Amino acid sequence: MNAEYTPPLQPLSDTEIELRLLMEAIYLKYSYDFRNYTLASQKRRVLHALDQLGLPSISALQEKVLRDTALFGRLLQFLTIPVSEMFRDPAYFLALRRHVVPILHTYPSVKVWVAGCSTGEEVFSLAILLREEGLLERTQIYATDINPASLEKARLGIFPLEALRGYTANYQRAGGLNAFSDYYTAAYDAARFDPSLCADAIFADHSLATDSVFAETQLVSCRNVLIYFNRQLQDRALGLFHESLSHRCFLGLGSKESIDFSSYADRFAPHARAERIYRKGP
Amino acid sequence: MKKPPFSPDRQRVEAVVLGASAGGIDALSVLLDGLPANWRIPMTAVLHLPEAHESRLAEIFAQRLPIPVHEAADKMPLAAGSLYFAPPGYHLSIERERCFSLSCEPPVRFSRPSIDVLMASAADTYGSAVAGFLLTGANDDGAEGLHRIHLAGGLTAVQDPKEALISIMPSAAIARHAPDHVLPLRELRALLLQLESAHAH
Repeated sequence: MNAEYTPPLQPLSDTEIELRLLMEAIYLKYSYDFRNYTLASQKRRVLHALDQLGLPSISALQEKVLRDTALFGRLLQFLTIPVSEMFRDPAYFLALRRHVVPILHTYPSVKVWVAGCSTGEEVFSLAILLREEGLLERTQIYATDINPASLEKARLGIFPLEALRGYTANYQRAGGLNAFSDYYTAAYDAARFDPSLCADAIFADHSLATDSVFAETQLVSCRNVLIYFNRQLQDRALGLFHESLSHRCFLGLGSKESIDFSSYADRFAPHARAERIYRKGP
Repeated sequence: MKKPPFSPDRQRVEAVVLGASAGGIDALSVLLDGLPANWRIPMTAVLHLPEAHESRLAEIFAQRLPIPVHEAADKMPLAAGSLYFAPPGYHLSIERERCFSLSCEPPVRFSRPSIDVLMASAADTYGSAVAGFLLTGANDDGAEGLHRIHLAGGLTAVQDPKEALISIMPSAAIARHAPDHVLPLRELRALLLQLESAHAH
């Protein structure tokens, strides 16, 4: 007998069974693959969707969503997590400025992939940083997400004015060189960011669960996206990043994310450990 | 239908989850004071703190306790005998695979991390084999989560509101369901040690 006691897993609850069937149905019908998202937060989001859509059960939602494409579009807004802010975790952007930008400067041209860009706050933050560091002119930014509504917002670069105070403080703590207000025009309750920042950026539909690598890149920034994936899907995404990155190039994750518990732990080395910036290769 | 009371003699507890807000650091210190170095049950705590600040909770408690103390990281497996704290600014859940997951979903009851989120996930993952402790606090986060643990057949324990620095949190839990235990911290500690001796069998 093995001395270590392994507790039996709880049997799946009815709700969890319904949840799995719903994700299978969505995959078969719409090719969106949420089957390897973490269960706890997915369950919360679907139950919240039921509440908002006025449906009695996940099974009822499944029946409707199979036949109603518009309803799927609404459900997609619940299944993805469009929570983002500009210069979130300023220390991350400061570390990019100090420890990554100098190395990117040695490349004749640079490609940056913002994976899971949501509504674009991080894309515009990176564009500002790259412009201030004299790199934006020769950088191609790819900003990808699975949610078309989020991508549409990201392209516009219009963010609620009420959030700008916090963004300004973040920008300053991230080592910003100018007045943050230089980058946007405020009108009514929104701020429109300088369209020239992302004029050359490519915003595209791309799934870390089902699509493959599309370019060789020198920096992949994928923050607070992998936390919604189970380990199997995290490994798939990290595999794409590893494949996309040039030799000794950079991967940035969210401040509480880690590759330590993935199969890629020994294929990236910490570059700025506290800020979760890794470098490809041992 | 009334659930039979939790019996430490017959039920094995595989995990303990704890929640507190205002006054929580001191209350947790009293609850965990004198914990033995050979402690086995993994414990996970949500303490409400201002979001913008890096949390030093793991550091503080590592100095006070003889067991390993960590800030929970995404997909980190729960290890026997360790105490984990939710990082500020993220919800913390325990997944079926007995590992943590983080989430940036909006605050629940003005809180992120939310005690309700942690406790509900623990109820889903462990069923009746989880014990939830809710201590002092200035809002009603945790009342729903503790009720979920109760419905799953787990053990629920609440600090006596008369003893709590701020009684809102324990009182809200008591209003939501009748917890298995409503006790002052020193007696909650005795209960915790009793769960551990049952766990060791």
